[in-house]
Amino acid sequence: MSADAETLSGAELVLRCLKDQGVDVIFGYPGGAVLPIYDALFQQNFVRHILVRHEQAAVHAAEGYARSTGKVGVVLVTSGPGATNAVTGLVDALMDSIPIVCLTGQVPTHLIGNDAFQEADTTGITRPATKHNYLVKNVDDLARVLHEAFYVARTGRPGPVVVDLPKDVLFARSAKLGEPTTTHRSYRPRTEPDAAAVSKAIALLKGAKKPIIYAGGGIINAGPEASRLLTDFVRLTGYPVTNTLMGLGAYPASDPQFLGMLGMHGTYEANLAMHGCDVMLNVGARFDDRITGRLRDFSPHSRKIHCDIDPSSINKNVAVDVAVVGDAAATLRALIAAWKADATPVDTKAIASWWRTIDGWRARDCLRFRQPTAPGSIIKPQYAVQRLYEICNESGRDTFITTEVGQHQMWAAQYFKFERPNRWMTSGGLGTMGYGLPSAMGVQIAHPEGLVIDIAGEASILMNIQEMSTLAQYRLPVKVFILNNEYMGMVRQWQELLHGGRYSESYSAALPDFVKLAESFHGVGLRAKTVDELDDVIREMIAVDRPVIADICVDQKENCFPMIPSGAAHNEMILGPEDEAPKQKGLPGVSEEGMVLV
Amino acid sequence: MPFETALRRHVISVLVENEPGVLARVIGLFSGRGYNIDSLTVAEVDAEKNLSRITVVTSGTAMVIEQIKAQLDRLVPVYRVVDLTEDGPHVARELALIKVAGTGDPRVEALRLADVFRARVVDATTESFVFEMTGAPEKIEAFVALMRPLGLIELARTGVAAIARGAAGLS
Repeated sequence: MSADAETLSGAELVLRCLKDQGVDVIFGYPGGAVLPIYDALFQQNFVRHILVRHEQAAVHAAEGYARSTGKVGVVLVTSGPGATNAVTGLVDALMDSIPIVCLTGQVPTHLIGNDAFQEADTTGITRPATKHNYLVKNVDDLARVLHEAFYVARTGRPGPVVVDLPKDVLFARSAKLGEPTTTHRSYRPRTEPDAAAVSKAIALLKGAKKPIIYAGGGIINAGPEASRLLTDFVRLTGYPVTNTLMGLGAYPASDPQFLGMLGMHGTYEANLAMHGCDVMLNVGARFDDRITGRLRDFSPHSRKIHCDIDPSSINKNVAVDVAVVGDAAATLRALIAAWKADATPVDTKAIASWWRTIDGWRARDCLRFRQPTAPGSIIKPQYAVQRLYEICNESGRDTFITTEVGQHQMWAAQYFKFERPNRWMTSGGLGTMGYGLPSAMGVQIAHPEGLVIDIAGEASILMNIQEMSTLAQYRLPVKVFILNNEYMGMVRQWQELLHGGRYSESYSAALPDFVKLAESFHGVGLRAKTVDELDDVIREMIAVDRPVIADICVDQKENCFPMIPSGAAHNEMILGPEDEAPKQKGLPGVSEEGMVLV
Repeated sequence: MPFETALRRHVISVLVENEPGVLARVIGLFSGRGYNIDSLTVAEVDAEKNLSRITVVTSGTAMVIEQIKAQLDRLVPVYRVVDLTEDGPHVARELALIKVAGTGDPRVEALRLADVFRARVVDATTESFVFEMTGAPEKIEAFVALMRPLGLIELARTGVAAIARGAAGLS
């Protein structure tokens, strides 16, 4: 190193790495340990900092940003409580495989382990909450570690990476400026599928009489190209396709080959097709317990093909016949090529008969509901989401939906139709109430012209309601569409189904006036109490170029159907309230084994 | 495919980057996902390349063993995961230090048995011995069982280190 080599402080190095990684926005909250970075932020213009009101929201905002753009979301928080507050967001990103780099401040190296003010063992706490984490003790390692963090976060199965930065390291100077990396000594995710496994998969698929293609969030993570390839492959085969909650938008919902979402609150036709199929192709999904129901009765007569970038997802819950490890886009490209190269004809007669069976299931119209139309009638939550979808669709605007967690989330998944990927952001794996509003914030930052709506419940929204203030500060016209039934609806539904209707602590007492709440946060508050008010409220909400809370007062007793009760099999679905057995007898399919499941 | 429920014991070698926290990652993985650790050893094996080797003996169903290997391989600082039990013949050895106290006949008998088992005396007083013994875990267990009635008062074991037979190397 020459004597006049350029040196930068650790804080300046952080900013330089962010710039080299193409980061243009970060979500954060300042504090003592990260003041040097905030000082460096102040003196530059290429990275925009969004000041959230709680660190959990910073991570969810970065998740919304990442999920709607495919880029890495970046978070900056201080030591101690800053880092611990971020943990829920990190686990959320880990469960849903969202690429996040979270920079946490730390007390200076000589104080680590001394129970210093705002000290926490951040790498210890976040070890099981992240894909990987680092503690940088030497400023000469800083640039390399940061670039490595971005590489690890976005490649393979994406996930959150924490880089813990002691304050003295941020002041120390180094000439090691680093550069973006595309390799790693020990971490080498496999992206190209094995050709032999692909041909085995095609042989099974060509011979199928009752096939199903089941695609998940891995398609979304592999980028829009993977969605196009999935669509091509599904059309090439003529086979039915279903998406997981995480995969909605990976395949156009309006397409006749689409059976809707599968799983606990999925459609009758999707779940029965999964149960009755003879060959199942899973691309980018992980046989989650919300999908499989009772494992020993999951799709009992099928040969299964599982394509996943993460080898640990294969044979974890469900033993499969063919495993294809690779990136979803690369795998679908290989599947398409192998399908075309294989001259074996499909059994068109059997496939036609399979479609007739599926059409029979479809004819049950499992998502139907009865909305009374007389003026003054109560609003059904399903109808509210359906009208929201229809009016957004008419508006022709690029619409992004986020949700909180609960009944409203499932109704959003069932009644809002997604034609494209990256338009649907929901907390699938962790089920984090409070996810939707900050996530919508991140989406709106990434898509200033987009119509961004958080479909919420009145309970969930209060978990990160402070972010209304962030919306006001940055003039983000996010719409919060609350399906207000004055209950933690999903908790109440389970209490009704499994606990004799004893609604222990699930009533949303002492709710705020959401209209006034919106106004006090410099936004617009709207309310619809009856069905005749609904369309006007939705139209006004969309038209207003400011943050809006629309308080939609819905039928308090409505439950989310169809439903596979916990511990039941796909063919034991409950289609609606008329399917429910008398409460004291318990429900068909809810075994004692099922009761203990979440 | 049927769900196999029989438990099997596997010796797994994991080559890792020798960096702070790497052992915690491995142990946290086992505890967080409810896997068994029957024995675990770790030490640096290549200072130049900064590599450590972890040998873990675990038990589970075939599906769980496969999961354990896949989950270990997923950790960022892990270079290689090798299932020695599955890959063929291997040598597994453990070192134990065994303290036996007593006088008279039991003391003589302990020393005689130590000789039979090729344990070395590494410390002696007029009323105690410390034996050092290397061998397969079963051999150590057999010796320890014999020492119990003869005045065994303390036992320290390293856990298993293992390596595949033959000319091929791991890294």
